[in-house]
Amino acid sequence: MIDFGYTLTRDRQFDYDRGDLRYYRLVRSLEPSIDLCIGCGSCSATCSAAQFTNLNIRKLHTVIRRGDTTSIKAGLRKCMFCGKCQLVCPRGVNLRNLILALNRAIEQLG
Amino acid sequence: MIKFNLFVLPFSFGLIYIVYSIISHYYKWIKALPAVDKVKLVTGLRTPSKILASLKEIFLESLIHRKLWKRNPLLGYMHMSFALGWFLLIVVGNLESRIYHGAYINAPYYPIFLKFFIHDRLVLFFEIFSVPAFFRFIMDFLLLFVLSGLVLAFIKRKKSRWFGMKTTTNHNLFDKVALTCLWLIFPLRLMAESYTAGYFNGGGGFLTQNLGHLLVLITPGPAVMIAYFFWWSYSLALGLFFIMMPYSRYMHIPSELLLIVFRHCGIQPRRWGSVFSDLEAHSCSRCGVCIDACQLNFAAGISDIQAVYLIRGQRDQYITEHIALTCMLCGRCQEACPVGIKIDSLRLIKRREIGSGQITDFSYLTQNHPGFADVVYFAGCMTHLTPSIHIAMEGIMKEAGINYLFADRNGSICCGRPLMLAGKDKQASELIEFNKTLIRQTRAKLLVTSCPICYKVFREEYNLPIRIQHHSQFILELVREGKIALQSQHRKVVYHDPCDLARGGGVYDAPRALLSKISDLIPSEKECADALCCGGSLGLMNASVQEKDMVTRNALESLLANKPDILATACPLCKKTFSKQSETEVRDIAELVYDAIPARVLLLK
Repeated sequence: MIDFGYTLTRDRQFDYDRGDLRYYRLVRSLEPSIDLCIGCGSCSATCSAAQFTNLNIRKLHTVIRRGDTTSIKAGLRKCMFCGKCQLVCPRGVNLRNLILALNRAIEQLG
Repeated sequence: MIKFNLFVLPFSFGLIYIVYSIISHYYKWIKALPAVDKVKLVTGLRTPSKILASLKEIFLESLIHRKLWKRNPLLGYMHMSFALGWFLLIVVGNLESRIYHGAYINAPYYPIFLKFFIHDRLVLFFEIFSVPAFFRFIMDFLLLFVLSGLVLAFIKRKKSRWFGMKTTTNHNLFDKVALTCLWLIFPLRLMAESYTAGYFNGGGGFLTQNLGHLLVLITPGPAVMIAYFFWWSYSLALGLFFIMMPYSRYMHIPSELLLIVFRHCGIQPRRWGSVFSDLEAHSCSRCGVCIDACQLNFAAGISDIQAVYLIRGQRDQYITEHIALTCMLCGRCQEACPVGIKIDSLRLIKRREIGSGQITDFSYLTQNHPGFADVVYFAGCMTHLTPSIHIAMEGIMKEAGINYLFADRNGSICCGRPLMLAGKDKQASELIEFNKTLIRQTRAKLLVTSCPICYKVFREEYNLPIRIQHHSQFILELVREGKIALQSQHRKVVYHDPCDLARGGGVYDAPRALLSKISDLIPSEKECADALCCGGSLGLMNASVQEKDMVTRNALESLLANKPDILATACPLCKKTFSKQSETEVRDIAELVYDAIPARVLLLK
């Protein structure tokens, strides 16, 4: 991006080399199906909590894999654990266990 | 006259140890009871009817093994021969020993080794009705009874399929040692008594006397020494068995007695675990009936997480997360358990230990006043995934002229049970409070839900002062009150019992009564309490989608064996799960009813 000295929007660049992949590695060891995701967004579309909040499971998934962990906690707290996301997932990602694993990761890694 | 021989010592030490161990366990359990439960116990023990009921159940379950008989007669006989046979051997042996001893009190080992101390002459034919001969006959008969069970037990270990058991429990070292001792006790007793009877030419009954003659005839060497060797072995086997008992599954024998008394006094398992759960864990005989009942075992090949392993883990304090979390909580094992252990609550206690840490924030749930109505309808999250169900429900309620309110029309708010199934009760309580307020505000007299998962949690956790019905019960009432007329479609329908509605909520008849009004209900292989889980259970945390699909396919095979036109269920989650794999149409009971309303029938034609 050319640096004009100012931007209109917040910089959304993310340096993959500096990603904090500890969360991803721990979650993947607990729930390997995280890697099956194709990012279709069915989970977010059906999410109960997403009707009331900005919780976005697909985005959560993406940021974990990138290693951008700043926004994980706040989003995760809103999950009601109803499991609709898991039932609509066309790839068979075990999303409820993924969320449990993510909570475990937060407990362990802070 | 003191009758004593050194070989009685191993038995005597074992006996002292086990008596001490049982008393200390009982003391520990009763002492650790929560104060409320202690009061229940004391009150219960003062009520003769409760004591009688306990004694009756102890006789029927611990000695006769009635539930096991009903489930599997061969297993029932095997366990009865051990329990009742051994019990009677002790009782009759004691009576017999009093006659010979000439006093009412004798040493505890004396009845056990009576034939070593007493070996009078052979009873002649005309003496058969004398008192000693009577006892000899009874004792030999009982020994034969126990030995017949032993033969069955041996066959069961080798060929469990002959007993209708596909899998048997994978025992640990303590259990194996105790099992070996137990199996040795009775053959050793037979050999000891036979050799003694053969050598002294008297003292045995129809079994031991004749076998004794034969053995003395065919074995070289001094029979009296061989007999003595067997008496020592018999005593050692008994002593070792008693010493192993508190560390093995055989602790279930004394534990179950106390458990039955506790239950009759009204003591229940507690949410966060209590001494009652510990007692339940000790009462498990590890018979393995739960393993065969478990769909994860026979449909998905997961064989290390079944109730027997969970309970063993609970007893030895080492339940792994894998065991705690890999379970559909369908309740089939609980239904099959001959001891009646509340297995699901044990598993949930462990899940609560694991899962209580998560922080949740449901402050975003705000609401306007929902309005007033007679009936409040709560569709539930899963019904929002299968919208045809709530469309049908609204259609039915409009047809019946019900003044209803659709509580979660604008997006589902979870009932809290999915969180609770993960052991997150504290987090779920926030959702429960929210929904409670919402339901109370409507001032409705009746809460109707389409989801059995919600139904169970509404009934068990919400403490609502209004009636709670699943839609199958609600619609049946509407039909019976004549509020809606239905026209049977005469299509072959098989009904699938959802776990949380049937085993979990006790609703078996309403859906069947309703279905038989609108279709030709045909039976399936496994119904009601024995029904299979669809495999979509929210209780199962960490199985892969492939394993879940295996459970679903297996359940479908069983349900569709009679080739129905429609597979009916009463749970949106079952419908969702089955629809994925079933070639037969899967429909909810509400949809079928909606399509049987005459106006709709015309429209659909």
